[in-house]
Amino acid sequence: MLNHAFIEPLREPNVRHSLVAVLALALSAGPVGVFLMLRRMSLVGDAVSHAILPGVAIGFLVGGLSVIAMTIGGVVAGIGVALLSGLVTRATEIQEDASLAVFLLLSLALGIVIVTINGIDTTRLIDFLFGEAEARMSTEKLLVIATNTTISLVALALIYRPLVLECVDPHFLRSVSSAGSTSHFVFLAMLVLNLVSGFHALGTLLGVGIMIVPAAISRFWARDVSRLVLLSAATALVSGVAGVLISFHARVPAGPAVTLVAGALYCVSVVFGPVGGLAWRRLAGRHLEA
Amino acid sequence: MAAQVQFKNLTLGYDRHPAVHHLNGVVEEGALLAVVGPNGAGKSTLFKGLVGAIKPLAGSIAFGAADGRAIAYLPQVVDIDRNFPLTVYDMIAMGLWRHVGVFGSLSGNLHGKIEDAIAAVGLTGFELRTIGSLSGGQFQRMLFARLLLQDARIIVLDEPFNAVDSKTVEDLLALIRRWHGEKRTVLAALHDIDLVRAHFPQTLLLAREPIAWGDTDAVLKPANLMKARQMCEAFDEEAQECVETRAA
Repeated sequence: MLNHAFIEPLREPNVRHSLVAVLALALSAGPVGVFLMLRRMSLVGDAVSHAILPGVAIGFLVGGLSVIAMTIGGVVAGIGVALLSGLVTRATEIQEDASLAVFLLLSLALGIVIVTINGIDTTRLIDFLFGEAEARMSTEKLLVIATNTTISLVALALIYRPLVLECVDPHFLRSVSSAGSTSHFVFLAMLVLNLVSGFHALGTLLGVGIMIVPAAISRFWARDVSRLVLLSAATALVSGVAGVLISFHARVPAGPAVTLVAGALYCVSVVFGPVGGLAWRRLAGRHLEA
Repeated sequence: MAAQVQFKNLTLGYDRHPAVHHLNGVVEEGALLAVVGPNGAGKSTLFKGLVGAIKPLAGSIAFGAADGRAIAYLPQVVDIDRNFPLTVYDMIAMGLWRHVGVFGSLSGNLHGKIEDAIAAVGLTGFELRTIGSLSGGQFQRMLFARLLLQDARIIVLDEPFNAVDSKTVEDLLALIRRWHGEKRTVLAALHDIDLVRAHFPQTLLLAREPIAWGDTDAVLKPANLMKARQMCEAFDEEAQECVETRAA
């Protein structure tokens, strides 16, 4: 039984690759998700993932099914959109969400036009969008994901303090330091890198799943931001590994499998999480003296 | 006493409409100055101009020994995300930003300073609580502790005692007196005239234009207060260009 569930899949090189990919992805996607959530940008991740489409399509046109070409295209498009909208937000009075929404929609529309005009094979496109039915994780993809994770973790360590302060009290940060804008843009770039990784590992539609859901789960288990980051990475890891195994056994795409596992953990957390979980509210017990 | 802040024909405002109009004057080093005036008098605007958050429409602000960036500023409306999972200790520690910056570590000596600041505002024991769990008064105490750690030569407080009970006001006033004793320059926008009379030697009475500026007892005369109260919040869409500007 155990052998069938856990060891059997490892005989497949593709499954082994997918597992390593999802492990690497979880390490950086979890923390990125926490900051997205704390900045109330949870839905932005989803939106940015569509915005990288034109870049990916152009990468595909230039380099065919080359992972490197599509990655570079996606990263350039994503960072371009994030930078443009960030600049507009900071230079004018428009709010971040409205500004991002405009640029993301423009980007997505442009992507669809590029795909249609060039008659890109839609069955392949569906594979890109929904995650591949069977894990087909090339060494190339694996390297891209591992590189992105490494860059993201180093960047996060460098900008952690200003990023936290930029979330809590941006005006104060501006009064003592100019690191706020830099950390914001570095964070947006990290977001794009992780979305591209998620896209390679789980498909564009659900690449965000491993980023957002673990962050939301962690909120039910910890009160302190550094613990949220660790917990979120750990939850992403568990859902990622379980999802890939389920995807192998049940022959479903990895993206939905990983997201559903995380979703199940989320449901458990909503009910039993010690920080604001529903069950604890019911069983709150007698109040304390002081 | 050396001039710490000098306003030179300063006009501040929004969309070319002035909220502070032709302000001239000097805040001396070590001054404890109350800025008083009705709502819409331009008190917050003046402070925003002082800390560089908005640019003057005309005129300028010159700084003495301390440069403009070394101002500790408590805004009237604090844009703090109270749900953010951060402890009181970490929040207060950020007052040391100029010491530690982005990468510096909080060494043992700095931990001592943080504990002292926490004790000075009476929040000992609250270090590991999250900022969202504090009451309004405790929250204000926390912000004062952060100001303490900023160790600035100029401290600007925009209505620091709003929605704060009298005990907390007393404790925070003690901190302001301590800053005054340390020859720091303190500017505070306030509404409580009695409190200003009791604790602030100097007052600027502002109603878009400066009405009076000097010793508190002289400034807060009934005639001056009446004049300030009569100020209407003038925001005329059709307003003509200011005469002095046209002359220039």
